[in-house]
Order: sequence, then structure tokens, then C-alpha cells
Amino acid sequence: MPRIIKDGAVIEDSWKGRLLDLESYNNAVASGEAPAADIAVQLEPGEEPAAIEGDLHAIPMVAIHFPVFTDGRGFSYARELRQRGYSGEIRAVGGFIRDQLAYLARCGVNAYAFDGNVDLDAALASLGGFSDHYQADVLQSEPLFRRR
Amino acid sequence: MYVYDQIDQRIIDDRVEQYRDQTRRYLAGEISDAEFLPLRLQNGLYVQRLAPMLRIAVPYGMLSTRQLRKLAQISRDYDKGYGHISTRQNMQLNWPLLEDVPDILAELASVEMHAVQTSGNCIRNTTTDQFAGVAPDELEDPRPWCEIIRQWSTFHPEFAFLPRKFKIAVCASETDRAAIHAHDIGLELVPNASGELGFKVLAGGGLGRTPVIGQVICEWLEKKHLLSYLESILRVYNQLGRRDNKYKARIKILVKAMGVDAFRERVEQEWQALKDGPTTLTDAEIERAKSYFTQPDYQTLPADADNTALQALLSENTVFARWYQRNTLPHRVDGYRIVNISLKATGYAPGDVSDTQMETVADLADAYSFGEVRTTHQQNLVLADVASDDLLAVWEKLSAMGLATPNIGHLTDIICCPGGDYCSLANAKSIPVAEAIQERFDNLDYLYDLGPIDLNISGCMNACGHHHIGHIGVLGVDKKGAEFYQVSLGGHQGKDASLGKILGPSFEQDAMPGVIEKLLETYVELRTDEEQFLDTYRRVGIDPFKERVYAQDH
Repeated sequence: MPRIIKDGAVIEDSWKGRLLDLESYNNAVASGEAPAADIAVQLEPGEEPAAIEGDLHAIPMVAIHFPVFTDGRGFSYARELRQRGYSGEIRAVGGFIRDQLAYLARCGVNAYAFDGNVDLDAALASLGGFSDHYQADVLQSEPLFRRR
Repeated sequence: MYVYDQIDQRIIDDRVEQYRDQTRRYLAGEISDAEFLPLRLQNGLYVQRLAPMLRIAVPYGMLSTRQLRKLAQISRDYDKGYGHISTRQNMQLNWPLLEDVPDILAELASVEMHAVQTSGNCIRNTTTDQFAGVAPDELEDPRPWCEIIRQWSTFHPEFAFLPRKFKIAVCASETDRAAIHAHDIGLELVPNASGELGFKVLAGGGLGRTPVIGQVICEWLEKKHLLSYLESILRVYNQLGRRDNKYKARIKILVKAMGVDAFRERVEQEWQALKDGPTTLTDAEIERAKSYFTQPDYQTLPADADNTALQALLSENTVFARWYQRNTLPHRVDGYRIVNISLKATGYAPGDVSDTQMETVADLADAYSFGEVRTTHQQNLVLADVASDDLLAVWEKLSAMGLATPNIGHLTDIICCPGGDYCSLANAKSIPVAEAIQERFDNLDYLYDLGPIDLNISGCMNACGHHHIGHIGVLGVDKKGAEFYQVSLGGHQGKDASLGKILGPSFEQDAMPGVIEKLLETYVELRTDEEQFLDTYRRVGIDPFKERVYAQDH
């Protein structure tokens, strides 16, 4: 079983359901299969969270794909999902890099499945490293100026 | 100016350690070049033609003398003893070693400085009026707002991997000295119908390959909503901005493609979710930011017109008088002047300042200007609060260090990027062109007769030298491997901003001083008594200039 980072720890990936692209997911919705507890959906860059807004209460996992780490659209997608009240797993998948973990976490991502060989135990250090942040984010709902 | 508390300091210290570890992993081969690229860029480090270049942030151009002395020391210890002021009011070092950068950042952090987000596809240093707080035409001090934006944009988790770089400028005065129309977002403090100040928000301006004047997307925004509104704009841009072509990735292309009304609508839609949320500014935070930008302890002094000693001095000492007239400006408080320190002496690259010059300026600021110095986007320095009775002493010391060239706002006060001598992006050298023009036009009487002229030179389409908004703009272009220069006329950076129009075919480097001379002769012949260069150009258009420059020699 592949190993991933989830909720701040390296674990064996326990996801056993299906992970559908948006088109397949929409087909599954049309056929009455989805939403379901064993069907997750993967958003590509350009596929905004509004597309699955109505099902967020019932989708167990949303994967956000980073084909290249420099494409930062997924940061906003994660943020928008949490802003819409999504409380399930948001998993970053693809070519993002370890040095983006802290920003991804602050945007609402809580699981990370890297492409390729990454030293996951070493990468955990990149989830933290900063004692405080100026902005409100998913982990800290109050900006620093409301806490000074 | 703003002073870090323990939290600000810790965040910057954390950043130094983060980058130290990233540099270590890069040098150990654990991070690829491609992955290291945005990490080093967002810590200010470019790899340039001859060496790396480190761009140090000078937030909205404010420096304490302690900071300026630290920059002098760093330039001496880690570089070749000079720095370069950029058109984003930052300071660039041309020769640091990649391995030394973590130590340089630690030195900077010891004086509350950094190189965060001075490059890369993220929100850059916010710029403003270099005369903030002292300009007679100011409605409100813009610096507290710049500091609020600085904190909000620093390590914003959502906007570190934007389609392209993102620049914000703030104007709070009648004359726009921050070129807000040429920014991704321009903010202008304006009153509403009942006289309350709020922000007019412009978006989609920018220079570069496709210069565009920003468009208004909000006529008046209540101050407390500033950050949530900015966040909404950035969120729309981050999601919809083009990523397939770096030359079409700036927000200006998105605004044009969507149309300003559709863009505004989408921003408003995002804003409905963020408005009145936790990012809404509190009165306490606004007051806290303002508390760092209070007036210094001014003395009660006579106005310059009533200062008989000063007036006598000005009539006796014509060289001093010339500097007083050209390089100092009226201050909002009687008996004080704003002193511009020209970094445009002939023979030196525009905007370059040596370690000893920095230290001289720091000494002068401590003695005569409340210990603060500013950098300007015209690549000069400013002492903002000099008592008129101290001007002679300041002038003498500046003169001794080559810092009193009386050319502020005139032809030889050239804005110029580092160009092909340093920059790996450049198509052509820019510094030798600036120097040749400065040499040709070193007659001050002629320079003053010409009146104010902005001459801006960029070595490539990226337009770091702001050539599009120079009254005369010069752009280095590559023609089959040879360096040529394209000239444009009629650009302007004020509230009536305009983009320059291309004169015609480009010129060889040697021809440039002669071309500028013909343009100036044309202006002198055609001007009416009251007209400055831009006025004449706007009245007569480009044709008379074109005819003169391209006329066949007899």
C-alpha cells in the first residue's frame, strides 16, 4: 500500500474507494451512483470547486491534482472547498513539492500523495517551521492583527 | 516608521532558517534546479549573467539609518561595495554568492529587513509616494496602508504560486508619484460624496511586453474592506489568469480578455464570501499601523520666504541655489524641505550607490532628518525632513560625495534598468546609453531650459526601466544578434497617465545621443512659453519629431 502524509503523520494510504475525474463523477451523479461514501473526485487545474458544490456534504475525499508544482490554482481550490464548508479529506496529488506543504496545509489540504520518490518522514518538517502567520487561514481563523 | 514586534521578528527569523535549510538541501542535491528556482526567487535571489543578484526589500521605500548602514556593510562584506536602487524602491546587490545568501538574510533580519517576495510569481513589494507624510498635496499618509498590505501579502498561503508576478502601488496625494496606473493593482485614497476617504481600486495596469493603463474596478471601497477585497481580486486572478504563456499571464491580460465589467462582477462574487469575515480590518489595527507613522518632533521655523539668512545665502551662492531649486522640494511644514539625493551623476550607473555614500547619507539623516531615508522608484534617495537652515551643510556633504548633481526631474535624471551589463534577460545594454546621454547633455543651463523631462531606459521588454511611461522612452531590442534601441514618446506616469508611442525604426547605440538631441531641438522650436516637453508633444503629436529624426542628411 502506498504511503502518504495525512493529518501530520506518515501513514499507509487506507483509501479503498474509487477516485473519479470530474467528468466520470458527473456521469456517476447522473446515473445515481454518486455521491457515495466510496466515491472521491479529483479536480484538475481549471476545474473549480463550484462544479461539485452541491455534493460536498457527501463526498468523502476531494483530490486536487498538481500536474506541475508551479501551477498554484489548487491552493485557491482547497481554500474555496473549506470556505464552502467541506470537512472531508482534501488530498494534494501529483507534482507538488515538499516546500509547499505548509502553504497547502494552511489552504485546507490535509493529505499529500506525492508523485515519485519523496522522503516523507523528512518532508514532515516542511509542514511547520513558522511560529506564526499574518493571515487568517484554514488552520487559524483569525488573522494576526486580531490576536496581537 | 514601522518597528517589528517579537512576532514580526520571529516570522522573519523563521524564514531565514527555512531558506538556510532549502539552500543546504539544494547544495546537497536534494532539490532540483527547477524546484529551487521559485524558492530562491521568493527570497530575492536571481541567477544573472555574471553572478547571482540579490534583491533586498525596502518596504515602500522606508529605511532607518541603522538599516542603511547594514546595507552598506553587507555590500562591502558580501559584494563589491555598492548597491543599486530598483524601480520598485528595492536595493539590489550584483555579486553575492549563492552560498552566502542565508547569512546575508540573517544579517538583514537583525535590522528588521529581508528579501521576501522581491521576485517570483507572487505579491511583490508594495510601493508608494517617496514623499509620503511630508508632501503638501497629501490627503492621508499612505504608509500605514502599505504596511497593512505588506503584512497581509507576506507568506500568504494562497498566492505564492500565481500565474505571474503581482505588483501593488498606493497613492494618497493629488499628484500620483507612485505610477499606480501601471500596476497590477493601483490603490488611490479618494473621498466619497460625504468626504470620507476610501480606496479607488484599479486593476490590470502594467508595463512589460503589453503595456496597459489600469482600469477602475471599484470607485470607492471602505477602508476596512481593503484586505478582503484585495484577496478577492487575487483569488480570481490565481484561478483564471493564464498559465500557458508567461507573456500573457499578468492580470492585465485577464482583465482585457474578460472585459472589465465581467472581471469586476467575478471579484464582487468572490468578495461576497469574504466580506465582513475575519480579514476585515479592525479600527485597532488601523490605529496600530498609523501609530508608527506619526509626525517627528518638528521645530517652529520661519517659512523659507521669510528666512532672511537663507534668502541671502541663495542669492550669494548660485551653485547652492541651483541645487536648492532643483533637488529640494516644499515640505508640508514651514521651514523644512524635502531633499532629493541624486544617484544620477554622469559616469555612474543610474541608481548605483556605494557603501561610503550609504554611510554618508545615514550620517546626514541622523544629524538632519530624524534618522530616516527613503528610496524612490526614480532610483534616487530622499531625506524627507531637513530644516532649511541645515540645507547648506547637507549640500556641502552631499557634494563632497558626488550626491548633489542638481538634475532631479530633468533629462539626465534617467530611470534605467541594469540592462545587458548585468541582467540575463536583457536584449541590450542600457547603462552605456544612459551615460552617453548624460555626457552629451551636461550643460545645466540647457538642461534647465528644457524643463522637466522623464527619460526612461529599459534593456528589454520586461520594462524594468519603465520606458513606456517616460516622456522619452528607450527600449533595447535585439535585431539579428545586434543591440538596437527603439524610442517612444509621450509616456507619462501621473493621474493622466499615458503610454509612449513608438517613434519609428530603432537606432544603433552610437546614434542615441544624436537622436535625443534632435527630439529636444524639435521640442524647443515648437514649444510655447509655458509648455513642458509632454505638453508640446500632446499638442503637436509625434509627426514633427519623427520627421526631424528620420530626415535624410543633406
